[in-house]
Amino acid sequence: MAAPRIIVVGGGLAGLAAVIKIAEAGGSVDLFSIVPVKRSHSVCAQGGINAAKNLKGEGDTTDKHFDDTIYGGDFLANQTPVKAMCEAAPGIIDLLDRMGVPFNRTPEGLLDFRRFGGTLYNRTAFAGATTGQQLLYALDEQVRRYESDGKVKKYEGWEFLSAVIDSKGQARGITALDLRTMELRSFPADAIILATGGIGAIFGKSTNSVVCTGSAQSAVFQQGVYYANGEFIQVHPTAIPGEDKLRLMSESARGEGGRVWVPRTAGDKRPARQIPEAERFYFLEEWYPKYGNLVPRDIATRAIHKVVYENGLGIDGQPMVYLDLTHIDRATLNRKLEGILDIYEKFVGDDPREVPMKIFPGMHYTMGGLWVDFNQMTNIPGIFAAGECEYQYHGANRLGANSLVSCIFGGFRSGPIALEYAKNLPAAEGDGGASAELARQAEINGRLLKNEGTENPFKLWRELGQTMTERVTVIRYNKGIKQADEKIVELLDRYKKVNLSDRSQWANTTFAFARQLKNMLELSRIVAQGALLRDESRGAHYKPDFPDRNDEKFLKTTKASFTGDPAGPRFEFEDVDIQYIKPRPRRYDVAK
Amino acid sequence: MATKTVQLEIKRQASPDAPAVWEKFEVEWRPGLNVTSALMDIALNPTTADGHATTPVTYDSNCLEEICGSCAMRINGRARMACSSLIDNLEQPIRVEPLTKFPLVRDLQVDRSVLFENLKRVKAWVPIDGTYDLGSGPRVFPQQQEVNYPLSNCISCTCCMEVCPQFNEETGFVGAATIAQVKLFNNHPTGKVFKEERLRALAGDGGVQECGFAQNCVEICPKQIPLTNAISDVSRDVLIQKAKDLLRS
Repeated sequence: MAAPRIIVVGGGLAGLAAVIKIAEAGGSVDLFSIVPVKRSHSVCAQGGINAAKNLKGEGDTTDKHFDDTIYGGDFLANQTPVKAMCEAAPGIIDLLDRMGVPFNRTPEGLLDFRRFGGTLYNRTAFAGATTGQQLLYALDEQVRRYESDGKVKKYEGWEFLSAVIDSKGQARGITALDLRTMELRSFPADAIILATGGIGAIFGKSTNSVVCTGSAQSAVFQQGVYYANGEFIQVHPTAIPGEDKLRLMSESARGEGGRVWVPRTAGDKRPARQIPEAERFYFLEEWYPKYGNLVPRDIATRAIHKVVYENGLGIDGQPMVYLDLTHIDRATLNRKLEGILDIYEKFVGDDPREVPMKIFPGMHYTMGGLWVDFNQMTNIPGIFAAGECEYQYHGANRLGANSLVSCIFGGFRSGPIALEYAKNLPAAEGDGGASAELARQAEINGRLLKNEGTENPFKLWRELGQTMTERVTVIRYNKGIKQADEKIVELLDRYKKVNLSDRSQWANTTFAFARQLKNMLELSRIVAQGALLRDESRGAHYKPDFPDRNDEKFLKTTKASFTGDPAGPRFEFEDVDIQYIKPRPRRYDVAK
Repeated sequence: MATKTVQLEIKRQASPDAPAVWEKFEVEWRPGLNVTSALMDIALNPTTADGHATTPVTYDSNCLEEICGSCAMRINGRARMACSSLIDNLEQPIRVEPLTKFPLVRDLQVDRSVLFENLKRVKAWVPIDGTYDLGSGPRVFPQQQEVNYPLSNCISCTCCMEVCPQFNEETGFVGAATIAQVKLFNNHPTGKVFKEERLRALAGDGGVQECGFAQNCVEICPKQIPLTNAISDVSRDVLIQKAKDLLRS
C-alpha cells in the first residue's frame, strides 16, 4: 500500500505543529494556506504561553494550571483533554526553547515567567510582547527544514473550499481554489486536519486577521461536521479601537503591572496625568481585590462595560477607559512589552510610556468550534481539527496565554493520530467522490461569477458585523439575538443577489471574499441561535435576564448540525466530562 | 457641509502581461484612517474619482498591525507597510504602487517567495534531534537574548530588498533579511552547528560580497532591525571562513 498522505489546512501554530509531527513520523504532508504560512494569524498573539514550570519558587503545578483553566472556563470544558494539555505544557515550552524561540530570560539564563489573568502564579513564558510571532517562526523554520527534505509540500495561496467525502461518509481529500490562477482542483488524502483558526470576521471588526473568516469550518459544518459551543465568543477587555480593526493590547500589559482606571467624576476633562490618585477609580482593583487587574477576560470586559455604560464614567463620555503603564520605568517596559507599545504608538500616535492608553473591549477569540472527540477527530471519519477552529480546551472562557499552548498541543496530538488513522484506512473506491465534489464546487463558482444583482458583498459583510457586534457579544438579550438571526436570514436572502464588481479569472479577491461571505453567514447563525438557546450566564456568555449559571440545565456542550432548512441549524446538548474537578461557584473577588 | 476626503492614485495592472494604468480615487476621511482602510473603502464602492466603475484593488494584507509582513507596497515612493501608513501623515494625492523588485501578480500584489527560498538556502533553522521530550533547552543569558530577539523580529516584508540597489537579477543578491537570519542562527547554541555551511552559502555570487553599503535597508526596516550590523558581522565571518577553507584545501 502507498504511504499515507495527509492534508493539513492552515499554517498557524496548530497546523504547523501537526505538520512537524507527521513529517517526523515519516508521513507525507500537503500543507494548504491562504497566506504564506509565516504570515498566519498566530503572529498576532502577544503576551505569552502558559506552562506550570514552577521556576519562580511558588509551588505551581500542572494540577493548578488544570484547575485554573477549568475554573476560568466556568466548567464547560471536557476535563480529560484539558488535563492532558496542562500536563504536556512544560514539555512544549522546553521544545520551543530548543527550537530557538528567544524567550525572555532570568539573570541566570533560565526562562522568565510572568503572571496572566485568572491565576495567582507566574506561569507565562514570553518573548517580549510578540510571543506568537516568535513561536510561529520557530515552527515555520522546522517546517521549512522538512520542506527542504521533500517531506512537506506547501500550497500557499490556495484556499480550502470543501472536504471530499466518499460514499461511506469518510474523508478522502479536499477541494481548493488557487487564489492567483483561480484554478479549482481536488487533492486526494487519507486524512485531513483543519487548523483554520478563529471566526473574528463575522463580527466585522475584531482583533483577528483578515483571513479569520471561519469559512473552512463553516464549509465542513455544511457537509455534516458538528459545531460545538458556537455561542462562546471571547471579547478581550483591552483593544485599541480602530477604523479597520480592533488592535489587541495584550493582557501582559496588566501582567507587568498595568492598571485600568477611569476618572471618578463623569466628564472630567483634565489630561490623565493631571488627575490625582485619589480621583481615579481603579474599578477592577476595588471590585476584585484578590485578582485585581488580572481577573479573567470575560470579567474584565463586563466590568468595563458596566463602568462605561451603567456608571457613565467612560473617558470624556466616550466608550474608553485608561490602561496605565506610566508608573513603570521605561527600561522594563521596553524589555518586556516593546512590541505592543510600538503598535499603540504607531496607530494612535501617543507614547504609552508617557501617557495612559485609551482602550475598549473587542471581539478576540472563538472558544467554540468544530466538534472533535478526545482524539481531535470530528464526527466525519478522517476529518480532524486542531487549534482555535475546534472547541475543546477553553470551555466558556479562555484564560490568557492558554491559546498558544492549546494550538500546539492540539496540533501535536492530531498529527500522529491522523497518520495512524490513515495507515488503517482501506483504499478508496474509484475516485472517493472527488469528481462529484469538484463538480459541485465548479457549479457554485460558475453561478457566483455569472450572478446578476445589486448587492455588494463587502457591504453585506459590514451589516453582518454590525449586527453581530451589537447583539451577540458582551451583553445578550433574547430579543436582540432573535433580531440578529432575522438580520442574518435577510442577508442570506440578499446574498442571492450578490453582484461581483470583478468577474475576472486572475487574482480575483472579490470572488474569493464572496465565497467566504456565504460561509460566514451560515456560521453566524450557529453563534446567534446557540446564544439564544442557552438561557443562563456562563463565562463569556452573559444574559442579564438569566444572570446565574445553571448547571442543572446547561452544564452541557452545545452541538449544532446543518439542516439546510431555512429555520437554521439543529441543536442538541451533550454532557460535559467533569470527572476530575467538581463544578463550584466561580468568583474572583476572593482566592478560589 | 462637504465631507473631508482623501485623494489616492493607485497603479493598476490586471495581470503580469497587462499594461499598467493609474486610477484616481476619492474616499471619505476619518480619524486614524490608514492606506489599507482606504483600499477597503474602494472595494465597498469600486468607482474612480471621475465616476468610472472599476474593480476592487488586489493587494495582500492580513494582520493590519504590522506584524504579519503582508501589505508592503510603495506609498508616495517609499516602501512601507500599508496598514501602519496613516493617511494624516501622508502628502496627498497619495500615490500607491506595487513593490518593483518582485514579479507582479496583480495591482499591488507581488510574489515575494524568493525570500522564503533564500531562507532554505542558508538553512535558517535550529536542527533539533526531534520533538520528543529531551528536557530543557540550552541556557541563554539575557544579554544574548537581547541581541537575538531583534533579529528574530523580521516580518519578511522584503522592504529591505526593495530599496537595496544591489538586489536585482544581475547580482542575485540574497538581501539583508536573509543575512540577518544567518547571524541569528549562527548565534544560537544549537543552530551554530550549520555555521560553516551558512557562511559558505553566502560566500559566492549573490552572497554578502554583493552588499554596496548603501544602508537603505536599515533606514527602511519597519522593525528597526540592525541590518547593517548583521551584514558586517556576517561579512567578517564569511571572510574568516573563506580563509579557513583556503588553508584546509
